[in-house]
Amino acid sequence: MLSRVANSIYWLGRYTERAENYARFIDVNFNLMLDLPSDLKEQWQPLIHATGDYDIYIAKYGFKFDRKTVIFFLAFDEDNPNSVFKSISNARENARVIRENLSKETWEKLNETYHFVKDGRDKKIWKSEDPRAFFENVKSGILLLYGLADSTVARTEGWYFRQLGQYLERADKTSRILDVKYHILLPSPEEVGSPMDFLHWMALLKSVTAFNTYRRIYGNIDPSGVMEFLVLNKYFPRSVFFCLKEAEKCLYKISGSDGQGYKNSAEKAMGELRSKLEFADVHDIINVGLHEYLDELQIKINKISNEIDSNFFQIKNNFIAQTQVQE
Amino acid sequence: MPIEEYKVDGFFDEMMEAEGGCRSHYKQFDNLIKKTSKKKLGQLQFSADKAQMAMGMTFNVYHDNQGIEKILHLDIIPRIIPNAEWTILEAGLKQRIHALNLFLQDIYNDQKILKDKVVPKDLILNSKDYLKPCIGLTPPKGIWCHITGTDLVKDKDGKYYILEDNLRCPSGVSYMLESREIIKRAYPKLFNDLGVRPVSDYPTKLLNMLQFLSDKPKPKIGVLTPGIHNSAYFEHSYLAQQMGAELVVGYDLIVQKKHVYMQTTHGLEVIDVLYRRLDDTFIDPLAFNPHSLLGVPGLYEAYKAGNIAMANAPGTGVADDKAVYAYVPRIIKYYLDEEPILNNVPTYLCREEDDRKYVLENIDQLVVKETNAAGGYGMLIGPKADKAEHEKFRTLIKSNPTNYIAQPTLSLSTVPTLIDDKIEPRHVDLRPYILYGENIEVIPGALTRVALTKGSLVVNSSQGGGSKDTWVLYK
Repeated sequence: MLSRVANSIYWLGRYTERAENYARFIDVNFNLMLDLPSDLKEQWQPLIHATGDYDIYIAKYGFKFDRKTVIFFLAFDEDNPNSVFKSISNARENARVIRENLSKETWEKLNETYHFVKDGRDKKIWKSEDPRAFFENVKSGILLLYGLADSTVARTEGWYFRQLGQYLERADKTSRILDVKYHILLPSPEEVGSPMDFLHWMALLKSVTAFNTYRRIYGNIDPSGVMEFLVLNKYFPRSVFFCLKEAEKCLYKISGSDGQGYKNSAEKAMGELRSKLEFADVHDIINVGLHEYLDELQIKINKISNEIDSNFFQIKNNFIAQTQVQE
Repeated sequence: MPIEEYKVDGFFDEMMEAEGGCRSHYKQFDNLIKKTSKKKLGQLQFSADKAQMAMGMTFNVYHDNQGIEKILHLDIIPRIIPNAEWTILEAGLKQRIHALNLFLQDIYNDQKILKDKVVPKDLILNSKDYLKPCIGLTPPKGIWCHITGTDLVKDKDGKYYILEDNLRCPSGVSYMLESREIIKRAYPKLFNDLGVRPVSDYPTKLLNMLQFLSDKPKPKIGVLTPGIHNSAYFEHSYLAQQMGAELVVGYDLIVQKKHVYMQTTHGLEVIDVLYRRLDDTFIDPLAFNPHSLLGVPGLYEAYKAGNIAMANAPGTGVADDKAVYAYVPRIIKYYLDEEPILNNVPTYLCREEDDRKYVLENIDQLVVKETNAAGGYGMLIGPKADKAEHEKFRTLIKSNPTNYIAQPTLSLSTVPTLIDDKIEPRHVDLRPYILYGENIEVIPGALTRVALTKGSLVVNSSQGGGSKDTWVLYK
C-alpha cells in the first residue's frame, strides 16, 4: 500500500477515536459535576490537564475554567488541534485523500458525522444547559462508523493501519480518562474513600462503558480495582493493555510476521510496552503513583507512534532521487 | 405539476415542439410529471441534493470565497435522447476522434498535413501546446487521445454542433455516473418503461482500456491526481475507487533507471499505466514545466522508453486549441476522405485578415473566445455585452489576433428544468465521453450541463451552471 495512503489511514483511525474520546471526556466530567454537593464549584480545569491541552488553553483563555469555555474548547474550538470538531475534520480530510480505499458506507457516515458536529458548532451547543445528548450522538455516530467498517471493509493492509491508529489512540485516551480522576480535587483529604469518592470512580467507569463489566468481575468499587481494570485487564476492549495487544497484532499483520520477536523498531517498541503491562500488577502502578505511571505510558505510546511513522510513512523526495540517479 | 404553462421561447426545446405538443420520446415522462404534485417534485429535488451532500459529490471553485466545497446542482428533470438521434452522434464522434488521433500522430511525426498545407504550419508549430519533447513520439498502441469529452450544443435548427473537443483531461464523468444513481431513485419505474441505456459500466470500460495499453497480463494501474485541492479531486478519487486502481499524487512516485515505482509501506512497487489527470506540462519538471511540483521527475523519460503508458498522451492539447478546431472538418476529410458527420460551429479566425475584419465589425453579434482558455473564462458574448466590453475585446483582438476566434451566437436548445416550484426552459449543452482503446467507444450517456439563470447561455459549473442526468434510449 502507498506510504502516503497508509499514513492517512492510520491518522483517520487516530482522529476518529480521538473525537469519540473527547466526547467521552466531556460526558464523564459533566456526570461527575452533577454528583457534587451544591455548595461546591464545578471543576473543569482537571479535564484540560488530563487531555494535555493545558498550554493551548491558557494561552487563549487565561486561567478561567468555566464550563462553557471548556466545553467549547474541547468540542468546537478550531484553535485546539484536538477538539472534537478539529479531530473529526482531520479524520474527514484524511478520509478524503484516500477515499478510494474506504467503503462507500464508511465515507458517507463519516461525512455525515462531520456535518453533525459542524451543525452543533453553528447551533452553539456549548451554551446549552445540558449538551450530553449532542455528545451521545457524536459517540454513536462514530461507533456506527466502526460497525460499518467492521462489516464492509476488507481485512487488508489498510484495515490494519486504521486499527493500529485507533487502538493506539484509545490506549492513550483511556489512560487520560483515568487521569481525570487524579486531577479532580476532593473537598478534603478525608474524603478519599468517601461515598463521593466512589461516585467519582463509578462515573469514570460509566464514561468508558465499563461499569457493568467491572461490577461483574470485581463487585465492589475500589480505586485499585478500577486502575487494574482500565490499565491491565486482558479482556476489556478499552483497557490500555488490551488496546496495545490489538495494536501489536496489527503490526504483525502488516509486516507479515509470525508474532515471535520483532521485525522492525515499531514492533520492538510496541512489544516492550505490551509485555511490561502484561507482567505488571496493580501494585506496580501504585508504587510508581497513578499519575506518574500514566504519564510514562503516554510518552511510550508517542514513541511507538514515531517508530510507526519512520518505518512505514516516510517517503523519499523523488526529485532528489532522480537527479542522483542521473549523476 | 402544471407543465401546461411551459413556454418554448423560440428556441429548440428538447421536450416540447414549438406548437406546444410533447415530442414522442418525452411522452411517458410527460404523463408521469403531469400526475406528480409540486410538493412531490420538491421532495425529489430535496432528496437529490441530500444524496449529493452525503456522497461528498463536491467540486472546488477557483475565484470564490464561499469556501472550497460546492455541490454541482443536479436538476431532477432528465434530458432524454432518442436512439435515432444518438446513432448519428455516435458515428460522428467516432469519426472525429479517429481523425484527430491520426492528426496528432502526424504532426508529431511526418507532418504530412502541414506539408500539404491543409493546416497552416505556424499555427501548429508555434502553438504553446505543441510539445517539442513529443516530436518523434508514438505512444503505446499508437493512441493519443484515450479519453475525450466532446462538448456539443443544439442550435435552433435542431442539429448538433461541436463546440470543443476537450482532448486533454476532460472532467465530469463522475457526475454522469453518480447523477444516474441518484435520478434512478427518483423515477424507478420510468427507467424500465422507457428503456434507458446504462452508463454504470464506464469504470470497467475505462479500466479495460487502460489495461490494454500495457503488454503485461496484470498491469498495475494508477490515477495521477494533482491532489485534494484540484477542483476535480472527487472525480479522480471516485474513478480510482471504481476501477480498483491506485490514486497517486506526484510524490508517491519515483523514477529509477527509467522505471516508475510507487513508494509503498513495503518498499518500491512498479506501476505500469497512469491515467493522468494533471495537465501535460505538469507531469514531469525535467521534461516540461520545470516549476511543476505536482509531477514526477523522470516520468517522461520512462514513458519514452516504453516502461509506462499514459492516458491521455502528453501533447494532445495542441489539437483541441480553438483555432485548430476550425480546421477539424478539413482534418477529417484529409485523413479519412469522408465528409464530417457532425457540424462545426462556423468559426472566424482573428489571425486571418478577412475574418478579423468581419469580427471587429460584427462583434456585437458574435461570441469571442480566447484560443486556449477553458471553463468559460476570457470570453465575450457579443449580444449580451455592452459597448465598453465590445471595445475592450476589439483592442484585445487587435493587439494579439492569433489568440482569438469568434463564432456566431448559437441559441442552445432548452430542456424543462425545475426552478423553485416551477418548470421552466433552461439552456443546455451536452458532453458525451469517448474511450479509445482496442476500439473507439462512445458511452451511451453524457453530462448535460444546464445554465440555471434565466436566458443565460453559460453552462460552466464554475460560472453557476448545474447538471442533468442524460438518458439515451434503446429505441
